[in-house]
Amino acid sequence: MTVEYTHDFEKPIAELEQEIAKLERLAVKSQLNLSAELEKLRDRALQVKREIYGNLTPWQRVQIARDPRRPLLTDYLAGAVEDFLELHGDRTYGDDKAVVTGFGRIGDERVMLVGHKRGKNTAERVKCNFGSPHPEGYRKALLKMQLAEQCRIPVVTIINTAGAYPGIGAEERGQAQAIAKNLFEMSRLRTQILCIVIGEGGSGGALGIGLGDRLAILENAYFSVISPEGCAAILWKDGTKAPQAAQVLKLAPKDLQGLGVVDDIIPEPVGGAHQDPPGAVARVKEYIQKTLRELRALPIGELLKKRYERHRRIGAFLEGEEAKVYFQASMVKAAARAQAKAQKEAGGAAPNAPAPNAASPTESALLVAGAGGVLSAAPPSASAPAPSPSAAAAPPAPAPVAPARSPAPAAAGEGRGEGWSEPPSASATPAPIAATTPDPTAPPAAP
Amino acid sequence: MAWDGLKKFVFRRKRDLPEGLWMRCDDCGALIYKKVVEERNNTCPECNYHFPMTAPERIQLLLDPGSFHELWEDLTPVDPLGFVGVNVYRDRLAETQIQTGLRDAAIVGVGTIQSKPLVFGVTDSRFIMGSMGSVVGEKIARGAELAAQEKLPYVVISGSGGGARMYEGCLSLMQMAKTSAAIARLHDAGGVFVSVLTHPTMAGVMASFAALGHIVIAEPKALIGFTGPRVIEQTIKQELPKGFQRAEFMLDHGFVDLIVARQELRETLARILGYIPGRVASGIHPALSPA
Repeated sequence: MTVEYTHDFEKPIAELEQEIAKLERLAVKSQLNLSAELEKLRDRALQVKREIYGNLTPWQRVQIARDPRRPLLTDYLAGAVEDFLELHGDRTYGDDKAVVTGFGRIGDERVMLVGHKRGKNTAERVKCNFGSPHPEGYRKALLKMQLAEQCRIPVVTIINTAGAYPGIGAEERGQAQAIAKNLFEMSRLRTQILCIVIGEGGSGGALGIGLGDRLAILENAYFSVISPEGCAAILWKDGTKAPQAAQVLKLAPKDLQGLGVVDDIIPEPVGGAHQDPPGAVARVKEYIQKTLRELRALPIGELLKKRYERHRRIGAFLEGEEAKVYFQASMVKAAARAQAKAQKEAGGAAPNAPAPNAASPTESALLVAGAGGVLSAAPPSASAPAPSPSAAAAPPAPAPVAPARSPAPAAAGEGRGEGWSEPPSASATPAPIAATTPDPTAPPAAP
Repeated sequence: MAWDGLKKFVFRRKRDLPEGLWMRCDDCGALIYKKVVEERNNTCPECNYHFPMTAPERIQLLLDPGSFHELWEDLTPVDPLGFVGVNVYRDRLAETQIQTGLRDAAIVGVGTIQSKPLVFGVTDSRFIMGSMGSVVGEKIARGAELAAQEKLPYVVISGSGGGARMYEGCLSLMQMAKTSAAIARLHDAGGVFVSVLTHPTMAGVMASFAALGHIVIAEPKALIGFTGPRVIEQTIKQELPKGFQRAEFMLDHGFVDLIVARQELRETLARILGYIPGRVASGIHPALSPA
């Protein structure tokens, strides 16, 4: 099997393999026995491969996940599924080619397959919209999953999409509603659901068929709230910073497993699924069979309970005493930052402007103003003690950061119940809020 | 991604409000008298555009005075990814917390509307665009569970341009699953969920709990959808039709039950609650007398 190496980080492997090929040719031509040398080189190549593919950066994984040579849904259907019977249509609007659904057998298991279809060549890709579904795709998926429930067979979803399609028709027909409805129904579907990300797990468009009893991901696939390019465009206004974005988003399988988002990582053949598609398909098939056996062992009530708890517990936040300590520390840090900034500005502006900070609504001034409630009371007083990290846990609360309304660190959680019945002037305080325009260079959030 | 296209709507108010007695309407561009706008609950007297409202203002507007009792108010967001972009997520959180006096973008609790008890949630667009991270998802889910347990109606006022909060990565994305599952449970328990969509409600929020109301109400002209208009325009390379993704468009396409102006929202919610059996199963708050 000849493999082409197209990614930058694969260069050392490509060079080694070229050498091996050269030596092989030489051995044939010169009738010399070079098997020992060849063996050595092959070992070396394998070692380098293991090393490179075992230490990929998140961005490198994203590149592999998008590699067009990687096995796609159709390869899994051909290689792991027997007797596939495709079922079309959402019975409402149409048949979205970006989502394929149908009955099939995987070993002894009869299942309902639901997956994103991306296409092997340009014609196919255009036809299935590059794997980006419209609402009718999600509705078709739901209909067939409900059929599976009716037939008491498990659902296996194969996820590989850059995202749900952003278009006029998609919005007109309720893209958001279709995805929401799938999440709603999949959370209570009375049959086993196994979800596997085989390439790209692009945000809501992936999750729309991704809520189940298990979420598995291939070693070189990714799952993210936003594409690295989209994240980079928001954070740095520069889509070329996607590699950095991939890093901060924690979209690689190991990170996702650590966050509790993903249950299992399916290892790929050395060098990635694109270098040995049948090997990758076989591993996925094996995983499906093993996992379905496990899921079938649970009574359906228990299964649904676990599915609910699985999603219910995902998230990171603090509560109670821990929250108080963390919040106080954040406030202390914020105050220190504001103070440092104010001092720096006061120092820098000192020769020209003896009254520092009185005018320009700098971030630091606003920060202190928001805390103190009055803009003019923002004192960049150099005499105030710089809060040390150890002050975080030490009551009483640092005075300069007590916000106008509510969570003064020490009083956090107290007295807010009554707060809501205060007159609007107190609860809505537009003055400091109105002045504090969020940092426009760092917009948040994604679909 | 929707954020970029939306920030110009959402934050303009803050730039315009501070000085002077007059302001310009974000939607029709008319020069309007600020005091009149405030008297009209932050709506434009010329075109009835609804300016964003803070969560405490919402509570003030909709619930019986003094009836609201906030729950889980100490839920505090953390920085699970150690997210360092242009700035540090934890720092951004702290600054937003100071500016808004909120721990995160959602407030959930119990209260009454014209003496009818309910579980009530509201998001605040000042807090990182009202985006859904772990705390918002957790509070919305707990609210749904409480509503199911107490046999109370559940009303949530949503407003988020960004949807799932990028800074918490896939944890934010999975809040879509969490909240949708919790609403499904409320549904199975016989509860009723009323979702109120304000300008803007997009992406991960709209593609989860906000779309799952048994009754879906929208404020006039609110932008509602999955992908933000700018991203769509960039993708399809053509201009979007006027009114695209607005509340009226969503009503026409069957995704919204009714459009209710802010001034009538309290009255309308009360009328709806009149059709939903609600009783308090246990004494969760003295203001809620068992009915």
